[in-house]
Formats: sequence, structure tokens, C-alpha cells
Amino acid sequence: MAPGAPSSSPSPVLAALLFSSLVLFPAQAIVVYTDREVHGAVGSQVTLHCSFWSSEWVSDDISFTWRYQPEGGRDAISIFHYAKGQPYIDEVGTFKERIQWVGDPYWKDGSIVIHNLDYSDNGTFTCDVKNPPDIVGKTSQVTLYVFEKVPTRYGVVLGAVIGGVLGIVLLSLLLFYLVRYCWLRRQAALQRRLSAMEKGKLHKPSKDSSKRGRQTPVLYAMLDHSRSTKAVSEKKTKGLGESRKDKK
Amino acid sequence: MLLLLLGIIVLHVAVLVLLFVSTIVSQWMVGNGHSTDLWQNCTTSPLGNVQHCFMSSANEWLQSVQATMILSVIFSVLSLFLFFCQLFTLTKGGRFYITGVFQILAGLCVMSAASIYTVRHPDWHGSSGDSYGFAYILAWVAFPLALLSGVIYVILRKRE
Repeated sequence: MAPGAPSSSPSPVLAALLFSSLVLFPAQAIVVYTDREVHGAVGSQVTLHCSFWSSEWVSDDISFTWRYQPEGGRDAISIFHYAKGQPYIDEVGTFKERIQWVGDPYWKDGSIVIHNLDYSDNGTFTCDVKNPPDIVGKTSQVTLYVFEKVPTRYGVVLGAVIGGVLGIVLLSLLLFYLVRYCWLRRQAALQRRLSAMEKGKLHKPSKDSSKRGRQTPVLYAMLDHSRSTKAVSEKKTKGLGESRKDKK
Repeated sequence: MLLLLLGIIVLHVAVLVLLFVSTIVSQWMVGNGHSTDLWQNCTTSPLGNVQHCFMSSANEWLQSVQATMILSVIFSVLSLFLFFCQLFTLTKGGRFYITGVFQILAGLCVMSAASIYTVRHPDWHGSSGDSYGFAYILAWVAFPLALLSGVIYVILRKRE
């Protein structure tokens, strides 16, 4: 928030904020983003991501610098440099044969890959980006931890369990309703066809031997259904009878 | 009928409160001067009343306990919501199947959380001599209550 803005009423603060974001932002410095921590297993490779935000267009003179400070060490050494479209790997330190440039300045990406990790690689990596004329800004640091076996990140199992269970429940609910809907529709269609057949039968009583082939499925369906309706009606009469008995 | 309805709602809210309390309160394990729950590990210094808390470990089993507790809360809330929906939309004589199913799911979730915790808690804090705190017991109490209210929902028929 802008310093000195009166905090008593919110509208001047808002105005000041808006003003600063509109007018002061272009003059603001370059901002570099990296992960905070990266975990890698011994012998594997790890990608150190680095991106940046700058108010200027990406210039041809853009440069990326990666520095490394070992865990417990005091001095940071430069291990990688990218300038004028060319990556340079510094000929000092333990990384000289293990660094690979995978970034692309036009995508604002200055990532590097470190191959064949070792326990001695634990430490802090600093990414610094200069995009002339936008050169003033903070660097960003990522700490590398090398493990024998990479532990699962916090929240992965949590999210997986919650998402999985919720997904399964939703899916089964959806499936249940779909099946019920289809079943009800089929039943309704069957009912309609049956009633139509009954009407037809009433009007034209004995005319079934001529077009047997075409009528068979309908007849089967009707037979099938008539049985069930009979059962239902039987049940109904039974129930009625029982209730009558009960009444008596 | 109104009394029954009120009773069911009270039971459901009680289950919900139990679930919330057992998920949040830091009393799953208590020992001399420190208490832990699903989210953090707190130690009270023996001199003053200063409490230091730090995040609990990222153990996979602990995460699954957290996940199942959250799921049980979600399902129970959803069940209460569905109950009110069904109360107004259900035809006469219908049963509260979906409500009941979600409440039973909440009960099963809290059961699995509590049982995973029981079996696996030495994995993430090896110190013995701790005893189970009241939040753990509340989780176990919530399980039969949730199951009971779920079964009641399934049995219950709607009347005008």
C-alpha cells in the first residue's frame, strides 16, 4: 500500500492504490519467480524453474544468472550465465558438466536442469534476471534438497483421497439416476405400446397370422408384460381381498 | 411427527458438531506437556504458559486421516442440506434415501479415519506414553451416531 495514505477513510487509499498501480507500476523493477523448495532423488535430475515479470519487452540483451551457495557455505558462486542468446556454463564448481539450459527468454523462462544429483548438491540456487533497461530488482532463491527417495509432497495424498472419494460418489450417483431414468422411460414406452395394442385388439380381434414376422417382438413384449400386469392385478385383487377381510 | 423431525435434526447437528470438534481441536494425543492433532503438534513449556506449535508431519497415513475427516464433515453437511431439500420436495410416503446414504458415508469416513489413526499413529510420533485425547474419543462417538441417524433417514417415510 502507498505509504502516507490516510487510513481513516477507504476511498483515498483505494484511489492511491489505483494511482500507484496505473502510474507507478511501469517504473517498478523486474520481479523474478522461482520455486521455494525443490526435492530430488540421488542420481536423478531436477529442473530449477525461473521466470520473471517485467514491464519492458523482452530485449535481446536479456541475461540470466544462476548462483549456487552450498548448504552451510558462505560464498555464492556463479554456475550458469545466459547472455546475448548464448548459454555459458561456468568452468568452476561441481556442476560444470551437469547443467543443461532448458529456458527460453521469449517465454520469460530461465530454467536449468541439473543432472545426476548428489547429496553434496544440497544448497541454495539464486536466479537473477536482467532485462535492460529493466535491471533493478530482487533475485529469487530456490533451495535444493537431495533425498535417497523423494518424499511425497504434502497435500498430494490428501487431495487425492478427497478428490477420489468425492468423484466416485458423484459418479455413482449420476449413474444411478441415469439408469433409473432410462428404466422409467422404457417402462413408460412399454406401457404406452401395450395400451395401444389393447385398443387395436379390441377393434380387430382375429388378424394375427398374416403379419407374424413384423409383429413378433411387439407380441413378445406384450406377452411378457401381460404376465407381469396379471401378477400385479392378482396381487392387487389379493390385497383388496385381504383388506376386505381385514375390514370384516 | 414434528417432535420426531426435531429429534432427527438435533441428532444430525450433534453429529456435525462432534465431527467439527474432533477435526479441529488439538487433542488427539495428549502426553506430558504436549498435545497433537491432525494438523499440528503443540508443546507447552513446563515453566510458563508458552505454547509452541508446529505443523505435523507429511506422513501419507496422517494425510489420509485428514482427508477422511474432511470428507466426513463434507458428507454430513451435504446430508443436512439434502434433508432440507427433500423435506420440501419429496412426495408423500417417500423415503430420505440420498440423505441417509450421505450420512452413512460420513459415518464410514469417520470410522476409517479413527481406525487408520489408531493403527498408524506410531508412524508419525514415535514417543510412547501418550494417551488418546478427547477429540479422538469424540471421533469414535460420532461414528455410531452418524450411522444411526443415517439408518433413521433411510427408514423414515415422509408424511404430510
